[in-house]
Amino acid sequence: MLSKKQARAFFLGGTLVTFLIFIGLTVYSFMGENDQTNKEKLTDSVVRGKEIWESNNCMGCHTLLGEGAYYAPELTKVVDRMNFKYDGNGENVIKSILMSEGPWQPNGRKMVAYGMTEAEASDVVDFFKWIGEIDLNGFGEVVGVDRKISPLSKGKN
Amino acid sequence: MKYKSQKVAYWFFALSMLLLILQITYGFVMGFARIGMDGLHEFIPFNTARAVHTNLLVVWLLSGFMGAAYYIIPEEAQNELASVKLAYVQLISLAVVGVVAVVGYHFNYWEGRKFLEIPRPLDYLVVVNVLLFLGIILVTLFKGKRKTTTALVLSMGLLFAALLYLPGMIPFDSQVTDSFFRWWVVHLWVEGVWELIMGGILSFLLIKLTGVDREVIEKWLYVIVGLTFLSGVLGTGHHYYYIGVNKIWLIVGGIFSALEPLAFLAMALFAVNMYRKGEKKHPNKIALYWTLGSAIVSFVGAGLLGFAHTLPQTNLYTHGTLVTAMHGHLAFWGAYGMIVLAIISYSLPNLTGRKLYDSSRGRMAFWMANIGMVGMTVAFGVAGVAQVYLERKFKMDFMEVQAEISIHFVVLILCATLFATGVVLYIIDFYKHGTPTDEALEVKE
Repeated sequence: MLSKKQARAFFLGGTLVTFLIFIGLTVYSFMGENDQTNKEKLTDSVVRGKEIWESNNCMGCHTLLGEGAYYAPELTKVVDRMNFKYDGNGENVIKSILMSEGPWQPNGRKMVAYGMTEAEASDVVDFFKWIGEIDLNGFGEVVGVDRKISPLSKGKN
Repeated sequence: MKYKSQKVAYWFFALSMLLLILQITYGFVMGFARIGMDGLHEFIPFNTARAVHTNLLVVWLLSGFMGAAYYIIPEEAQNELASVKLAYVQLISLAVVGVVAVVGYHFNYWEGRKFLEIPRPLDYLVVVNVLLFLGIILVTLFKGKRKTTTALVLSMGLLFAALLYLPGMIPFDSQVTDSFFRWWVVHLWVEGVWELIMGGILSFLLIKLTGVDREVIEKWLYVIVGLTFLSGVLGTGHHYYYIGVNKIWLIVGGIFSALEPLAFLAMALFAVNMYRKGEKKHPNKIALYWTLGSAIVSFVGAGLLGFAHTLPQTNLYTHGTLVTAMHGHLAFWGAYGMIVLAIISYSLPNLTGRKLYDSSRGRMAFWMANIGMVGMTVAFGVAGVAQVYLERKFKMDFMEVQAEISIHFVVLILCATLFATGVVLYIIDFYKHGTPTDEALEVKE
């Protein structure tokens, strides 16, 4: 029967080994060719866009890379989707929503009116475009524009 | 209670209860917004309510854990707390940081990183606060007459929780790396070191409530926390499937996440078996309800429902949908909410000398809160699965899907009302116990 000492060794040993593997895998996934975070295209405007994204807690309603609050649309690939919906005019539509002084409310669900400047809105769009180019192991296709038309959504897309 | 300084725990528990009620209130604000009743949008937009709701959860649980430590450590170490005055300073500063953060969220003062919305300047105050707390606990423990496994596991959990807060404070330019290291805090807290804290509290309660030999309970405590880390650390990978990092995490995260329910299963079996083995029938039945309830509900909420969407093939579609909210609610409630309510139910009569543990109000509170929470979980689940099929599989527009599923939020609000009634009854019980007194010192357990 397992003794307390053996149980402790199992806990300490197991923890140490898995932590070391975890650190190793972290290093591995950001190393050379394994890195797929799209960091080479990280421009100043993308970084400014991220700051705007964070300082307004956009994730408190939307999701991005599938992370957020599920109250407002996923914004990964949003530029592609809006281009598809508004005949290539997606960027301008997004900017006008961000620059609007009054609340944008699709289907009655209100978004905070941010009244951003043109430059700020353009940074946010650059940030979204950068996000859209990341290799997401298949998630990009799930939320992207290659949407099959299903019987349920017929005529609504 | 056996040591005068344990009284400080009461005030941490009281703060906990206050914040819990506030958390639920903001939950209702969000629930109503989802069915189109968002009259408060100008003052409390959804993102404010959401940040307040999740952050208050973290703070009321932390306050509960701290109270638990201030109650348990003196008794385990057989020593008065190193400094009661500093413990009160720590309590007040925790409350102040919490209030400033929550008020700030109403004025766009935040960081917008899920669960870690507290702005950097306040982060430093959190660190000072936690260091002060750890100082008091560790000095008490090491100056004490004995160092039990229960006390060590609990303290280790609290220490690592503090250390793991740090990766969340590193600034990153890339959303991907930012998110990657944010999970070091959030995941390794809730599926790692917080389980040490939960295990420590659970083991203390089982020793007290069942009378089973400490050696037996503490041996299994090691096995359980061992299983937790063995699966939980590499299980972090389930957050890395689809955020822009290497595919290796699909394999590693998939395998180790599938093992995560084992730790919770072990915890549930452990609690139920210790209860069966126990010869001592402690009169505080309601504390036993919450203790066993926590072990069982955490297995269902964190273990099974977590597993339900951590397989990479499933998660590809459920990632970023209400399915996450389904799992999140029952997991946090079972694993952490209920264990805090368990330690409060156990310690309150000992701190105040009022043995109100056989009230029907206490049992009503337990059942209403639990049935309400299970109902909420089902409502989130139905809405989440419908969202997955309509939006992710049939490719309907997000907002149209939201309109289709809003009816489930009416059910959610009804169940949440039942849940909130249970919590209010619990708090009435808390209030009826009165405040702690030195006269309770002699009370035999």
